[in-house]
Amino acid sequence: MNDKAPSAVEHIKKRSNYLRGTLVESLDDPATGALAEDDTQLSKFHGFYQQDDRDARADRTRRKLEPAWQFMVRVRVPGGIATPVQWLALDALATAHGNGTLRLTTRQSFQFHGIVKSRLKATIRGINDCLLSTIAACGDVNRNIMCTPLAETSEVHEAAYKVAIALSELLEPRTRAYHEIWLGSERVAGSDDSEPIYGDRYLPRKFKVTIAIPPSNDVDVFAHDLGLIAIERNGELAGFNVLVGGGMGATHGESDTYPRVADVIGFCTVEQTLAVAEQVVALQRDYGNRSNRKRARLKYTIDDRGLEWFRQALFERLGFSLAPAEPFEFSSRGDRFGWRRDRQGRWHLTLFIPEGRIRDTAQHRVLSGLREIARIHTGDFRLTPNQNLIVSGIGEAERPAIEKLLDEFGIRKLQGGSPLRQQALACVALPTCGLAMAESERYLPELTAKVAALLERHGLVDEEISLRVTGCPNGCARPYLAEIALVGKAPGRYNLFVGGDAHGRRMNRLAEENIDEARILDTLERLFARFAAERLAGESFGDFAARTVFDRERA
Amino acid sequence: MAAVPDPDIAPPLPGNDLHALRTAVAGFDYDQLLWASGYLAGLARSAVAGAVPVAQSVPSAAAEPWTVFYATETGNSRRVAESVAERARSAGLAAELQDLRDYKPKALTKVRNAVLVVATHGIGEAPDGSEAFFEFWLGERAPRLEQLNYSVLALGDSSYADFCEMGRALDERLRALGASAVVDRVDCDLDFDSPAADWAARLVAHASETAKPRVETGTRSAHLHAVPKPTVPTREHPFTAEILLNQPITGRGSGKDVRHIELDLEASGIAYLPGDSLGVVPKNPPQLVDAVLDTVQLDAADEVTLNGEPMALAHALSNHREITVISRPLLEIAARQHEELRQILSDRDRLTGFFGTHQVIDLLADYPKPWAAQELVDTLRRLTPRLYSIASSPDANPGEAHLAVGVVRYENFGRPHWGAASSFLANGAREVPVFLEPNDRFRLPADGDAPIVMIGAGTGIAPYRAFVEHRLEHGQKGDNWLVFGERHLATDFLYQLEWLRYRRDGVLTRLDVAFSRDQQEKVYVQHRLREQSRRFFAWLERGAHVYVCGDAGRMAGDVHQAFVDVVRKEGGMSDERAQEYLGELKAAGRYQRDVY
Repeated sequence: MNDKAPSAVEHIKKRSNYLRGTLVESLDDPATGALAEDDTQLSKFHGFYQQDDRDARADRTRRKLEPAWQFMVRVRVPGGIATPVQWLALDALATAHGNGTLRLTTRQSFQFHGIVKSRLKATIRGINDCLLSTIAACGDVNRNIMCTPLAETSEVHEAAYKVAIALSELLEPRTRAYHEIWLGSERVAGSDDSEPIYGDRYLPRKFKVTIAIPPSNDVDVFAHDLGLIAIERNGELAGFNVLVGGGMGATHGESDTYPRVADVIGFCTVEQTLAVAEQVVALQRDYGNRSNRKRARLKYTIDDRGLEWFRQALFERLGFSLAPAEPFEFSSRGDRFGWRRDRQGRWHLTLFIPEGRIRDTAQHRVLSGLREIARIHTGDFRLTPNQNLIVSGIGEAERPAIEKLLDEFGIRKLQGGSPLRQQALACVALPTCGLAMAESERYLPELTAKVAALLERHGLVDEEISLRVTGCPNGCARPYLAEIALVGKAPGRYNLFVGGDAHGRRMNRLAEENIDEARILDTLERLFARFAAERLAGESFGDFAARTVFDRERA
Repeated sequence: MAAVPDPDIAPPLPGNDLHALRTAVAGFDYDQLLWASGYLAGLARSAVAGAVPVAQSVPSAAAEPWTVFYATETGNSRRVAESVAERARSAGLAAELQDLRDYKPKALTKVRNAVLVVATHGIGEAPDGSEAFFEFWLGERAPRLEQLNYSVLALGDSSYADFCEMGRALDERLRALGASAVVDRVDCDLDFDSPAADWAARLVAHASETAKPRVETGTRSAHLHAVPKPTVPTREHPFTAEILLNQPITGRGSGKDVRHIELDLEASGIAYLPGDSLGVVPKNPPQLVDAVLDTVQLDAADEVTLNGEPMALAHALSNHREITVISRPLLEIAARQHEELRQILSDRDRLTGFFGTHQVIDLLADYPKPWAAQELVDTLRRLTPRLYSIASSPDANPGEAHLAVGVVRYENFGRPHWGAASSFLANGAREVPVFLEPNDRFRLPADGDAPIVMIGAGTGIAPYRAFVEHRLEHGQKGDNWLVFGERHLATDFLYQLEWLRYRRDGVLTRLDVAFSRDQQEKVYVQHRLREQSRRFFAWLERGAHVYVCGDAGRMAGDVHQAFVDVVRKEGGMSDERAQEYLGELKAAGRYQRDVY
């Protein structure tokens, strides 16, 4: 591969006239449910992906019909906080235009699935009407900014959340194409677009920013291009430890692609944070690999040039050096389910949402139930990085009504499963995701039931073990930081990883390659048996696996 | 294959003569056609200069271009294919690239030299979009490939059990079909660069070595034997065609069930042209025969006589009598015992309505009378063949005819109803009696450069598939504009993949669609014509031939009115003048309709 020649996507971005391409013509073409090929790259910057129902693909080809094209539309929700009015609006859009479900993602955003081309405009306009957006929800730009939705320490959360919003605004694309195409604004003649931070080719690849508020590392702060760990002093937010170069994506069979945990490079004050973020982005813009998209994330820029080079280049651009990192400690990563009360006396209810999918089934009418809750709720909704939901800021008097709705719509019956089940994550995968090689979301309930049964057999069912499944190696459910992970290789076949720690600092390692369910369960069962017999006091499963499986291998 | 004229040479014969020639040679086998071509060539030569034996330079296989095929999921195969083609060209060979996704599987029968770079993905699966190619060539219908020289490079990932499965299967299959492997297959793992390069080098070396033209004298020896006069099937003596394919082409969830039917006409003696229809002689649905017997309380085995031939009643109802569409004699006989029917018979509007809503079974059930078996078969009309516009070009699909068949099946008056022929074709018949119904009033322009506008709704799209296949097959460069209407884009765009490919490749100059139920207000083909008023009139003015095919009831009339409006508006004409304008088009054969 010629490392000098820009990749095809770079050309598409460059000639797109700030993300316009031929999207208008594509939307107006009634003979196909698809966009023109180049526009499928640009659409991501506008917040949506072209996908198809892969279950139907082969059948439709035989019928001489194009694939069942449909779009995944992702909402940008910085910090994962939405008002009840916004909730109701998104619910109505999903019901009217989508497949009647809302998907909560591991980046604290909402996804619509099954939107056909003719409904895209109405959907995106509706999202903007409720003061949310889809711009830069996907694409080679800063994605949805995450922030620990921790409710109990609300002063620090509020300050950190403000930073998340400010970062989101700072790194939002400036092109007017989005407003022209989706919201019907006129093009202003003679006023050219410009992107002061991104430039006309935007970034070489996606860019992910997160804020973690210890002691929770629910956002997996080590898995992002830019991570910020909130440092509290005297009950106030003093600033952030700065982490760079995390990232989950890898490609099967290409050893120069790999997941990487971020490095801590120092501490910045709250006031310095925007400048730091802007310059980290700018460095990646200028030095990131634009010829090979598989090696275009910041983590490779840093590994290719060295962390010390990166620190010096950053400090030079900033005009100051970062202070030494402050001590920090994480003690959890999962969500704490149920009712909790904050210092102001307001209640926060964390609900387990299986696979993050808000929908109605015969037994559990989660979509309808949350709609009713949104109608009476006066606080807000917070999406957790674990695909769950916090109904936040409930007054004492509102509580009984909400309790009643939980029962009435079968939402309570979903709560209280095994810790394994409640912590487990899955990406969307089949049938809509174009990248998926194996099942994930649809497989997770069955898989967790089988694994929980194994744990039960060894007296381990109350252990909080993180299990994550993805349909491909790109890492949407951050699998490489789980204690147990399955990464899809082909239908029914996965790579099995074990040995991540409980708090998301150490990556797991490949234990077995390309194995089927029987082999997965067999391998886990043997590990569980040994774990039950040989674990050290207080040792987590991930630590045990790392200590025994791979150390033995080395010896 | 041998009957296909050179696509670069427009036939110097008028359509009718060409048709006559085709009809005369239809049914000839390979040797007979070869002999006939020699015979005609001899006639031609003696007509100019007397018979002269000729020495022909016959290009050897390798002097012909190499087609480098690839089937790719990730782009690796495409990149390898590009480098093979590049290498071949630098060695002075002609090489062209071909994505198997866009390739008509059968066209491989015309290729002499093929390089196939084939990736396997998932667990032994073909790359997305190339399934049709593999299904065809690995399937039972695959024809022989004696003419083919080939080499396969297989790409795969050895961490899968079925490593390089598609490449291996294809290689073995091509060999079994009589093709010659010039360089043995190589199976490559993820690190394919160097083995692929070695393989390409060997391949190009081999190809260059054999690329020296050789000279052959004379023509191939043709067997001279008595040529039997082929009998052309007729309505009375149809040809029993094998149904090669019965494929639903509306999507799941559609309110319609349309089938793409492929028929084997290889030995039929039928030579058709685009625009022609095929007559189908159906058998009635067995459930309907049972329902009729049950309703009239007669036994399946009761003996009746038809045309002097004794047979069981059930057989007569199944194979010889019309038991779906009501005829007037049946109504009249039933009316003897039912006053209501007598009133209906005397009221034209009510009668029209009755015919429109009732089938034979409804009449027999709701207006009962005692029927004798012989009386019933004597009263019922003869089972009439159904005509379908042929959806294929004979030159693009030698030996085959394709039909687009809308399956008629609905409930009415609390009982099921069927269409006779569509049910027969759709419900598992292996063979069907067919005959040709030529339609010289629905023909492509003789001038291949003339633009055409094809307007159709539903299965009315069928002849246009034949038209465009034909123009493409013969390299005709005229502009093609399709205006198609149905209910829903997602499920009802018949042959959508083909039309989109034609549009992408520039074969279809313009594609307009009207999906009536995808939005609040109903949109039909005539609305699209009005929207494109200026463009449509401009096409007419530059000599376009316009075709309308589909429902005779509403569509044909609405479209005609749209024509009138367009001509009036864009041509600045009176209503009367616009009608004349269209009349002139009709007289010139430039406004043709096939409506039913």
